[in-house]
Amino acid sequence: MQERPIRVLIAKPGLDGHDRGAKVVARALRDAGMEVIYTGIRQTPAQIAASALQEDVDVVGLSSLSGAHRTLFPRVVECLREKGLGDVLVIGGGIIPAGDVPALKAAGVAEVFGPGTPTSVVVEYIRRELEKRRKAG
Amino acid sequence: MAEDQSGEGEKVGFPAPDTDVVAARQQWEEQVLGPVLKRYPERQARFATMSGLALDRVYTPEHTAGLLYLRDLGFPGQYPFTRGVQPTMYRGRHWTMRQYAGYGSAEETNRRFRYLLEQGQTGLSVAFDLPTQVGYDSDHPMAEGEVGRVGVAIDSVEDMDALFAGIPLGRVSTSMTINAPAAVLLAMYQVVGERQGVEPTRLQGTVQNDILKEYVARGTYIFPPGPSLRLVTDVIEYCSRHLPDWNSISISGYHMREAGCTAVQEIAFTLANAICYVESARERGLEVDSFAPRLSFFFNCHIDFLEEVAKFRAARRLWARIMKERFGAKDPRSLMLRFHTQTAGCSLTAQQPENNVVRVALQALAAVLGGTQSLHTNSMDEALALPSEKAVRIALRTQQIIAYESGVASTVDPLGGSYCIESLTTRIEEAAEDYIRRIDDMGGAVKAIEGGFIQKEIHEAAYRYQMEVERRERIVVGVNAFQEEEEPPAGLLEVDPGVAERQRAKLERLRRERDEDACHRALDDLERAARGTANLVPPVLEAVRARCTLGEICDTLRRVFGEYRAPGEI
Repeated sequence: MQERPIRVLIAKPGLDGHDRGAKVVARALRDAGMEVIYTGIRQTPAQIAASALQEDVDVVGLSSLSGAHRTLFPRVVECLREKGLGDVLVIGGGIIPAGDVPALKAAGVAEVFGPGTPTSVVVEYIRRELEKRRKAG
Repeated sequence: MAEDQSGEGEKVGFPAPDTDVVAARQQWEEQVLGPVLKRYPERQARFATMSGLALDRVYTPEHTAGLLYLRDLGFPGQYPFTRGVQPTMYRGRHWTMRQYAGYGSAEETNRRFRYLLEQGQTGLSVAFDLPTQVGYDSDHPMAEGEVGRVGVAIDSVEDMDALFAGIPLGRVSTSMTINAPAAVLLAMYQVVGERQGVEPTRLQGTVQNDILKEYVARGTYIFPPGPSLRLVTDVIEYCSRHLPDWNSISISGYHMREAGCTAVQEIAFTLANAICYVESARERGLEVDSFAPRLSFFFNCHIDFLEEVAKFRAARRLWARIMKERFGAKDPRSLMLRFHTQTAGCSLTAQQPENNVVRVALQALAAVLGGTQSLHTNSMDEALALPSEKAVRIALRTQQIIAYESGVASTVDPLGGSYCIESLTTRIEEAAEDYIRRIDDMGGAVKAIEGGFIQKEIHEAAYRYQMEVERRERIVVGVNAFQEEEEPPAGLLEVDPGVAERQRAKLERLRRERDEDACHRALDDLERAARGTANLVPPVLEAVRARCTLGEICDTLRRVFGEYRAPGEI
């Protein structure tokens, strides 16, 4: 059966310019056979949702090291829902204190990957999660 | 034969690899080493530094055969400054212990500054929040969620005043990590000095003011490279005339290293950018010795100890040669590469964070053995959150233990003359020179950045590193080896979420109280100046004095210069 490759948008919301992690993850996902679009830095939540719609992605990966994730990640989820993209898998990474994770999950971020996470863990997670959703859906 | 490569018979070389050594080494390899290798193979087929430079099993006089002591090392405080920029180094005075700090409001950061000064810190270093770094006021929509997060929020000279309340600017030296709007923050600092009755000539410190690395690594640019370079040069020119004790630029490899480049690339890209700034100032008509003594540098110190020590020594020698041979600088101070070091934030792990204390200590020791002028030691919790007070204190104490207890500050360049360190120093210098030649061939740093060359090199190195860690070719303790189950750490710093609201209120009050006509006049003057070719620091100073905000000043420049958008390539 011919399935289209998993499509992922990697985005940097807010003003944080540290994009080493975002780019390394993007490259690793691509090497794992996914189609990856990187927004570049300094994106607003609305811009990220618009890109997600335009690129018809299955996954949105957000990266932030500035501490603005508490405000910006939930905002991205809201903007995606407003565009009818409530079923897109949203994951996050960066410097995110463990104490913030429950609130992010409650807001609709499916998983948060901290520093030191092997890229293979992210690849496996995305595959497994999309498979689960496909079966359920 | 290596005995006289300079053609000057009087130069003193390192011990030549006389035939006795060569013969003895061969004999050692056959009779001593060989049987051992047969029974006990080495751990790896190849040993290399993080930059990929091969490390030999053992270093001997053969490795330093081409080196001439007086030509290549010399004495501390003497060309080519390989062994340090001052004759006595830390025997005279320790390096400046300068912890980078800033969060929340100016008032909160002022309290942290006073705490650090009380704890024995000897210089201030200001971290600004991201809206400040990219020229937005705290009430700008893009500032949402970012106000006071990674640094202090500064909207106007009133905030700057509060930041330094009770701190006499004539007596501390202040480093400000600010780039795109460096002219604005420097002007604010000068005006706070005026309010305290301190003459500009007495102000001491540094503005980072290095915009080129922002396009490749750190991302807090505002304008396109052309006008950005003009602003950088305006600050260099203004400081050379009015702020003689101020370092007008701190050319930074730190952030490129954090973005993933190697030690060799860090030196190469930093010096290539430095060459660009020197050329730009000379095109302005400035004589090289009029500004070069106030150029300073900022490097990362990563975990590969030997390579890092050698890196700093190589950087000093290479820069001295570039300034002398390429730019014809005559003043010895123009030839000295003086630098601040920060330990590598990217080397710290969220796993078993206490281990970071050890990483930082090793990195700080390498920076000191490499001859740094000032040092920031990272806090153990930085892979998790902003540093807590306790973590900052341990980081500062690490420096104090190295300075006062370890004994390494009692002699100058103690690793100088080590066959291994000297060999690595030369190889790093050569590899960095190769890169600089390639960048020259592309037309210089701006062209190399516009063409994406430097970004690509950094990204490749970052990806290679990550894959090495994932394949366990590189061990990171607690991450891919010696892991353990851990509870999430407690006691992390929380930034008060009320700071954005308070900044907004302060802005409203400022706009209500100030003379709006004076503000408009100052901004109009600035806009006119920006459309011409005049130095922009004086009109920025006038705008700051009129209490225009950072956002208003930067918006005025945005109207003239436009904004830069990086291509989102991977």
